[in-house]
Amino acid sequence: MSVADFAFYAFAIVAVVAGLLVVVAKNPVHSVLWLILTFLSSAGLFVLLGAEFLAMLLMIVYVGAVAVLFLFVVMMLDIDFAELKAEMARYFPLAAVVGVVILMQLTLLYGAWTQAEGAEGLRRAIAPDAVQVDNARALGLIIFDQYFILFQLAGLVLLVAMIGAIVLTLRHRTDVKRQNVLQQMWRDPAKAMELKDVKPGQGL
Amino acid sequence: MTSLDLSIALPEILLSLWAMVALMAGAYFGKDRLAQALTWATVAVFVLLSILIGVQEPVAQQAFGGLFVADGFARFAKMAILLSGAAVLVMGMDYLERTKMMKFEYPILVSLATVGMMVMVSAQDLITLYMGLELQSLALYVLAAFRRDSVKATEAGLKYFVLGALASGLLLYGASLVYGYAGSTMFADIAGTIHGDHLPVGLLMGLAFMLAGLAFKVSAVPFHMWTPDVYEGSPTPVTAFFATAPKVAAMALLARVTFNAFGHAPGDWGQIVGLLAGLSMIVGAIGALGQANLKRLMAYSSISHMGFALLGVTAGSEAGVKATMLYMAIYLTMSIGVFAFMLTMRRDGRPVQGISDLNMLSKSQPRQALALLVLMFSLAGVPPLIGFWAKYAVLAAAIASGYVVLAVVGVIGSVIGAFYYLRLVYFMYFGTETDPLDDDGVPAQRWMTLAAALITVLGVVNLFGIEGAATMAAQALVH
Repeated sequence: MSVADFAFYAFAIVAVVAGLLVVVAKNPVHSVLWLILTFLSSAGLFVLLGAEFLAMLLMIVYVGAVAVLFLFVVMMLDIDFAELKAEMARYFPLAAVVGVVILMQLTLLYGAWTQAEGAEGLRRAIAPDAVQVDNARALGLIIFDQYFILFQLAGLVLLVAMIGAIVLTLRHRTDVKRQNVLQQMWRDPAKAMELKDVKPGQGL
Repeated sequence: MTSLDLSIALPEILLSLWAMVALMAGAYFGKDRLAQALTWATVAVFVLLSILIGVQEPVAQQAFGGLFVADGFARFAKMAILLSGAAVLVMGMDYLERTKMMKFEYPILVSLATVGMMVMVSAQDLITLYMGLELQSLALYVLAAFRRDSVKATEAGLKYFVLGALASGLLLYGASLVYGYAGSTMFADIAGTIHGDHLPVGLLMGLAFMLAGLAFKVSAVPFHMWTPDVYEGSPTPVTAFFATAPKVAAMALLARVTFNAFGHAPGDWGQIVGLLAGLSMIVGAIGALGQANLKRLMAYSSISHMGFALLGVTAGSEAGVKATMLYMAIYLTMSIGVFAFMLTMRRDGRPVQGISDLNMLSKSQPRQALALLVLMFSLAGVPPLIGFWAKYAVLAAAIASGYVVLAVVGVIGSVIGAFYYLRLVYFMYFGTETDPLDDDGVPAQRWMTLAAALITVLGVVNLFGIEGAATMAAQALVH
């Protein structure tokens, strides 16, 4: 077994086990931490595939931003996870049966896995030759040229997500005082304040 | 990428540009005061685009290196989607105004969902398929929860979102299996790896997962659980939208995948789609029997109608595809008519949606009751109305391809279904006397109900010529 093979099995097994632990961990914070481990091992797999750029993106975007955000959200949520788990336990036997059946089918499938004769050629045809261009450039060539329309559609999906978040949560409240910078700057001290000379013992 | 590519996808590009312009207009000027104007403008854009698509030459044109296609099939589906979307926007406006839900984002989200649907029906690649589907679904999730102060609407939105995400996951897993076997995400390349008339096991498993994901989107049994809850919880105009355009898009997408990517082995996927069709026809009909809420009833009704439409896909022939497309067009017409009526249902100014609210409608609104009677008979498939011919066409196509048992199941489902449609008619004409529904002016919806009823009657003469377009659509897909 070469070093690359060893690295592949190490990353793959860690990814699968950590993925399983994301689901079964009792504490949701631990789930997020396991999720981070899954991302890290996937990044390792990407490196083995020769996609260093994607691996770094996965680390920076998913581990650095998304997972940390998850962690914040999970810590802020006030959910009784024990109660949720009890609810889930009721359906567990049925879920286990369905899961085992699907797992057996998939085992049969992967046991006899073949791929089409021309599959390898088709796989290579889509991407630029890895020897001639580096990672980021190859991605750029595909995303901004060949898959241009898909890239634009992904942009529209994000736009919908943004509109959705605003529609569902933004409330225009009228009962709060807002800062108006111009009003503050135009405020004239002479009009805003009146000095009174109060005589002792007389009052106003 | 050339300007030719862009011109082939012109309708989609124009619609997305319109959505962005409308968003800017809404954000900069006047917020929700513009909502009504923007909705009318969106209706105009939809109608203009459907004309633009209609006058295009019906030759298959590939764009973006084969990711996207504009052919007769896409043309038919897109026109159906755009016109039904326009109709739903028009009829929902009054309801949204009255319930103070008219926000300028509503037409924008509908436009963006429609862009997604148009991409779905033009997909020639698994990634295009997924992007279109996600764009459509995400916009629909937001629309489902549009009435954010209502617990039911929020629940509907969340339920739809979680189950929809699960369905997307299944679809993606299936797509990755298909890619793993075929080495390409293009439909044409996938079809090229199939030799003989049976699918290799890798493709078969991939297809099974993908069909499960797509069955969720067309709400076919056993992936239908979300439908009644989401239909009931969403605001009625949104429900009307759910029941029409996205169903056409998902059905067209299912036909697109099965025929373009796996067309060489109709027997293999025919079993899966046939099972979905058979179960939907029966479960949809039985589930509707005990419903007291009109929206839940229409949800089950749509499940059973999707079963019939899937029957045409199951047939795996040109006649089957043609029957499915005709069925969808006819289903759209009838649904729009019924939902237009449901949007006018109010008592003392408050929207109602119970079946018992229809009691003695024949006395208070005789014209509407008559139109609804025609629509119900048509939905039930009573000859000689247009709904009967729709069912007849799919059943004939299924029998011609040898699916006799499924056709019998369909007939049984249709007979069971007739009971609850006729029960509504019974309530309208022979029910108990109650306070009548409000009868104040919302002419647009009333005219739409009447027009839909008129179409179901007059359509039997020549189906208004859509048969030729459906034939062209089927030819474009099957060959």
